Amino acid sequence: MSAVTPDWRVERATATSRLAAVVAIVALIALAAAPAWAGRADMRLLSEIFTYLALACLWNLLAGFAGLVSVGQQAYVGFGGYMLFAFAILLGVNPLLTIPIAGILGALIAVPVAVLIFRLSGAYFAIGTWVMAEVFRLVFAQVSALGGGSGTSLPVAVVKDIAEGRDMREWIVYWAAFLLVVVVLGGTYWLLSTRRGLALAAIRDSEVASESLGVRIWRTKLMIYVVSAGATAMVGALIFLQKLRISPDAAFNVNDWTAYVIFITVIGGIGTIEGPIVGVIVFFLLRETLADLGSIYLMILGLVAIVVMLKAPRGLWGFVQDRFGIELFPVRRRIRYPLD
Amino acid sequence: MQWINAIVQGVLVGGLYALFAAGLSLIFGVMRLVNIAHGDLIVLAAFLALVVMQTLGLGALESLVVVIPLMALLGYVLQRGLLNLTLGSDILPPLLVTFGLSVIIQNGLLQVFTADSRRLNAGALEVATFNLAGIDIGVLPLVMFLAAVAVIGVLQFIFYRTALGRAFRATSDDADVARMMGLDNRHIFGLAMALSLAVVAIAGVFLAVRTNFDPASGPARLIFGFEAVIIGGLGNLWGTLAGGVILGVTQAIGAQINPGWQLLAGHLVFLLVLAFRPTGLFPRIAG
Repeated sequence: MSAVTPDWRVERATATSRLAAVVAIVALIALAAAPAWAGRADMRLLSEIFTYLALACLWNLLAGFAGLVSVGQQAYVGFGGYMLFAFAILLGVNPLLTIPIAGILGALIAVPVAVLIFRLSGAYFAIGTWVMAEVFRLVFAQVSALGGGSGTSLPVAVVKDIAEGRDMREWIVYWAAFLLVVVVLGGTYWLLSTRRGLALAAIRDSEVASESLGVRIWRTKLMIYVVSAGATAMVGALIFLQKLRISPDAAFNVNDWTAYVIFITVIGGIGTIEGPIVGVIVFFLLRETLADLGSIYLMILGLVAIVVMLKAPRGLWGFVQDRFGIELFPVRRRIRYPLD
Repeated sequence: MQWINAIVQGVLVGGLYALFAAGLSLIFGVMRLVNIAHGDLIVLAAFLALVVMQTLGLGALESLVVVIPLMALLGYVLQRGLLNLTLGSDILPPLLVTFGLSVIIQNGLLQVFTADSRRLNAGALEVATFNLAGIDIGVLPLVMFLAAVAVIGVLQFIFYRTALGRAFRATSDDADVARMMGLDNRHIFGLAMALSLAVVAIAGVFLAVRTNFDPASGPARLIFGFEAVIIGGLGNLWGTLAGGVILGVTQAIGAQINPGWQLLAGHLVFLLVLAFRPTGLFPRIAG
């Protein structure tokens, strides 16, 4: 006699999520083909959206899932950017190759950093990450080979390493950004569907309860911190490959690489995979319409984030999810019986 | 002699850092709130002093008579109207709301006062010095240091010798039991924030007399204050003063070696403390 097959199974997918997957694939194909239909300015904007989406997704992984609220992710954006310049200018490495190198080195340097700042708990951890970013900024400002405090530009010869023609170069940078955001989003989704993802969700819901069930909290958090640091460094290298110029103040800017990213995630919906996607769309819509207002625009953004945090702490997407029970990237598991 | 001079100046600056830290430490002690906008509130107080001096024709230190009550009132309103709504077991809302507040204050100041860097003029006091055993000591830095000691002494007195302090300590120990004993936590938290911003007002004016400031100066003050708190040990006000002095002296020594290392040296001593004495040098409460 064969073993009794259970009359239930664990599923994550829903009808909506299957539909969402189809829509997502169509959208991905259209975006991959952007060089065929989009102008130069549109592609630049899309690349920027991709990098912000990747950063928001990674910050969300830290704060929304691992409970590690960092206001110092600019440390890794800047670090990645500087690795691009260091390897491309000083060692003659192809700029595209520096992106994975930046990722590996970013992850490596994140280990000792984490060991130190994990000693701070909760909100003090947040400020600790900021101090770290300051340390990174001050150290890179001392490296005269990379322009010291005033920064440096990527030489034309190095830029031509990517591709000879300007069009081809812009396409390659666009595709790199596209590939990176797909990997980051896909990787996050994959990670959250695995055992470790389950552990992460347990930690998010209750540290005490998950620890008593055998989840190794410190190790899981360390892994998430290191992975997201490495990926953030890759995004950083890519951002400065788009800009072609770096300086300590631009590379380690708390507004550009952390404040915006936090606002995107909080407004979209912290702790959900869909949140950063919704947030990045809202953020760029606001920016394209209100950017002329300058500092008032930033005040509005801060105000919106505060109101969302108080009135709908799980953001726009959390609101939709609670209301309609929709999950486009399902990471929650549900038990299905044959009856339904 | 140069070195001794640097160390003495560092000690005196440490008093200012302790003032940055005291307000931060106070509200963390009472309600476990870390205010990311703390540094920006210090800069806001400095701009407020600037306006008060211009409109009322007061001197820099006299402006405190107006700035302290205004900032305290702002603290109470801010706490009752906004920050009380964020308190709870989740650390995310207070952190993100004060972060949003920080961005709003910075850009609001930028909008009103432009990015120009300012300084408050304290008159003859600014350049007055006296010579002690071959070391030139500025009167103003000394006044600031003594004021910092006095502020911390007063806070210590309020905390351990008054009914208000008893209420602060009770809510800090157990907010729910304190409420059962008839304390109105929302009001107590409001008073704690008012006290914190009164200290912020003093810190802001002293900062503005000592160095140039602009709307973007806030985050660095938050970081110095935070480092002083952690070096000194959580929940210990005299420890915070010691932390500020250690930070000031290390920065002065770093600057003496190489001007580019001033800030880096301060961060380094903070990281060393974190590595070897994670609870700080003189801890009193657990995080």
